[in-house]
Amino acid sequence: MKRPSQTRALWTAVIAVPLLFAAIAGLQMRIDGEARSATKQKEDLLLRTPAVIKKMSFGYDSLLADIYWTRAVQYYGTRLATKGATYEQLWPLLDITTALDSKMIVAYRFGAIFLSEKGTAGAGRPDLAIELVKRGIAANPDEWHLDLDLGFLYYWRMKDYASAAKAFLAASKKPNAPQMLAMTAARVAEKGGSLDTSQMIWSEIYVSNKDPKIRERALQTLQGIKAAQDQLHLNEIADEYKNRFGRYPASTSELRSAGFLDGIPVDPLGYPYVFGPDGKAALNPDSPIVIPQDLNSLAAPKQ
Amino acid sequence: MSAPAIEILGLTKDYPVGFWRKKMRRSLDNLTLQVEEGEIFGYLGPNGAGKTTTLKLLTGLIFPTAGTARVLGKSIDDVTMHREIGYLPEQPYFYDYLTARELLDYYGHFGGLSKVQRRERVAQLLERVGLASAANLQLRKYSKGMLQRAGIAQAMLHDPKVVFLDEPMSGLDPVGRREVRDIILELKKQGKTVFFSTHILSDAEMLCDRVAVLAGGKLQGVGAPEEIVSLEVHAMDILFELREGRSLPAGLAGQVTTMGGRCHMEVPESDLYAALEQLRHCEARILSVSPVRPTLEDYFLRLVGKEKVTSHAVEVAVR
Amino acid sequence: MSATPMPVAVNTFREAVRDRVLYNLVFFALVMIGAAILVGQISIGIDRLVIVNLGLSAISLFGLVMAIFIGVGLVSKEIEKRTLYSLLAQPIRRWEFLIGKYAGLVLTLVVNTFFMTLGLAAALFYVGRPFVRTDAVILVSIYFILLELALVTAIALFFSCFSTPMLSTLFTLGIYITGNFASDIRGFGDFTKSPGIKVVTRVIYYLVPNFHNFNSIAEASHGESIPLALVGQNTLYTALYVALLLVAASAVFSRRNLK
Repeated sequence: MKRPSQTRALWTAVIAVPLLFAAIAGLQMRIDGEARSATKQKEDLLLRTPAVIKKMSFGYDSLLADIYWTRAVQYYGTRLATKGATYEQLWPLLDITTALDSKMIVAYRFGAIFLSEKGTAGAGRPDLAIELVKRGIAANPDEWHLDLDLGFLYYWRMKDYASAAKAFLAASKKPNAPQMLAMTAARVAEKGGSLDTSQMIWSEIYVSNKDPKIRERALQTLQGIKAAQDQLHLNEIADEYKNRFGRYPASTSELRSAGFLDGIPVDPLGYPYVFGPDGKAALNPDSPIVIPQDLNSLAAPKQ
Repeated sequence: MSAPAIEILGLTKDYPVGFWRKKMRRSLDNLTLQVEEGEIFGYLGPNGAGKTTTLKLLTGLIFPTAGTARVLGKSIDDVTMHREIGYLPEQPYFYDYLTARELLDYYGHFGGLSKVQRRERVAQLLERVGLASAANLQLRKYSKGMLQRAGIAQAMLHDPKVVFLDEPMSGLDPVGRREVRDIILELKKQGKTVFFSTHILSDAEMLCDRVAVLAGGKLQGVGAPEEIVSLEVHAMDILFELREGRSLPAGLAGQVTTMGGRCHMEVPESDLYAALEQLRHCEARILSVSPVRPTLEDYFLRLVGKEKVTSHAVEVAVR
Repeated sequence: MSATPMPVAVNTFREAVRDRVLYNLVFFALVMIGAAILVGQISIGIDRLVIVNLGLSAISLFGLVMAIFIGVGLVSKEIEKRTLYSLLAQPIRRWEFLIGKYAGLVLTLVVNTFFMTLGLAAALFYVGRPFVRTDAVILVSIYFILLELALVTAIALFFSCFSTPMLSTLFTLGIYITGNFASDIRGFGDFTKSPGIKVVTRVIYYLVPNFHNFNSIAEASHGESIPLALVGQNTLYTALYVALLLVAASAVFSRRNLK
């Protein structure tokens, strides 16, 4: 039979311990809340030198690489969700990850897309992205994905069509590379940037990546490219309309009534296209689709 | 005459003491001793006299600074000698996560017995020391007395010719002590040599063929118990009663102790008749006259008293 | 008497079991289960990579902790608890006792690692990949981990013969860390201009056990092969170094007075 003092101690523990834990958790939330503001948040990686970190990992560098990779992914994810956030730590995190494990392909590919991305969704540093991917190619010479990403970077971010074509060609020669890469290399070398080529490249990015964030980005971009293609098409039809009727159409239903269209064309998300006052086709103001700015500067290759 | 079971020649052990370990403390000084086969030999001395040190030297747990020793003809350096001996350490500690049976079985592996023989021997010994019912209990649950018995069992495990017991009676109740005494006598009957150290002098007197007395690291005396104490002076004890109204006469020859109405007076043998005369004068009623049986304890206490005058720990100069 | 170490080894293993040391396997299992379930969420496309990394690292770390903390007590605990007194009065030589204690701990580590390997295999299976031939390199990596543990155990045992558990732990850890940095120390020496420092760092490099030889987790998680020659060399290196340590330990222990 338990002594009364024993039962008392037990009950005290049963009640007090959960309460104390709740209080501790609440306090922690408070502490975290204080440092919530992204712009004020001091970011610092305690150790920034990849070589040092690799030295101190005692053969556990592969595991540490996984940890840094996880941090990189989480870092990007939380910054993405925060207004006004910058991505200064993304490069160091990926730098360390790939220094610890030079064969972590996913890290190079992630960097290729999001280090180079401008605006609120990326670090805006295509130069660092190119450096990262080149490092990846050096360490993994048989990975055609990395050459694809390099080609993408030159094509989409740098408008350097010669280098892009070279990269796509190199990719096409590596084991298991898809057929379209050789074709893409030729097209880029010949014609430079175009909507169709952009669509092919971004499709390959979508198909060859498993990372959901990259896929989402690719999907959004592809939708924008499709919208741009549709716009182009619609403008051509509008020109024909103008030739016939002397003015630009005010809406797509006019085009349909006049027999130029079979139905009401919608964008990839289902929103009907509209015509602006200048007679040019445009996206529906309600549509979330964004036509990529990079498409504006697509040009012919420098001869 | 056959070779002695234990031969010790000039065995000496110094320990470094002090913070810098430069000073030496001599815990055993030039011990020379022989124990014959089949003897029960008692090793006596106060705490710190060097008894345990001697036993550890003989069993190879520590190494001598000088001197040699042989057990059954083999040097104490020779580990094969351990096949013929058993050792019960003072305050034995055993692996407390083992049961007594497992412990004996474990040690039994070193004796070269087959599995079946081992099992039999272990069961036999557990029975003999009275641990058969607790054989499957973990040693950490054992009382001190039970541990002591387990220790004796493991000392007898390989059927050794010489058994070393360090304070075998410690921690035992009178029943246990009786059992250990019986075991020791049994061992002697089997022709074994028993060398045990003890404080309990009455046990030594009762059991031992010979004893040695150690104090301050030095051997003080060796021989049969009666021989040793016979060096001391005999006294006579007079038991008497005083008549009513009478008091003790002054200037009595010997010591008087009174209990109830009776008095004991101890006088040296030579003064016996003078003392009786004194008592006759005061008309005391003599109840008995008997020799004071000299005990080892007296000898012992006198010895230790002497020892206390010279310092207990002899410090040897730094070499 | 050459079989004399065996019962000591068996008893050392039994002690580890009864001390519930093997319960660390439960903790390991929890870690692996948690990882297997979560890894799909956070690391797309590299779940296998992460599980192998985590599993092998955990096997290595848990084993290391066990090797050090039990190793430093192999002899000193027996002296402190005075269980050694009755044991050494048996017909057993001191070096036989040492070999037995060493073998017992190594056996414990092997059994522990075996169960952990099963756990790792289960986690990999759960994540959904069938086993491919390149997975054999994981077993090689585990073998290297065992070699490393055998070496660390020998170091800990050596110190246990004359030092307290606390100091022994520090010494053993110190040697382990130095051994991991051995090639850097030598590289540093090669880099400097002073011939004296060059010699000293070279000597340190060859004296200290070079643990970086055993690093193989990265190869295992990427499914790269490890050359057979390296397997042979590492086995020989471990055998030689362990022999050295056991001989040294025997020399120290055989003259030790058991106060």
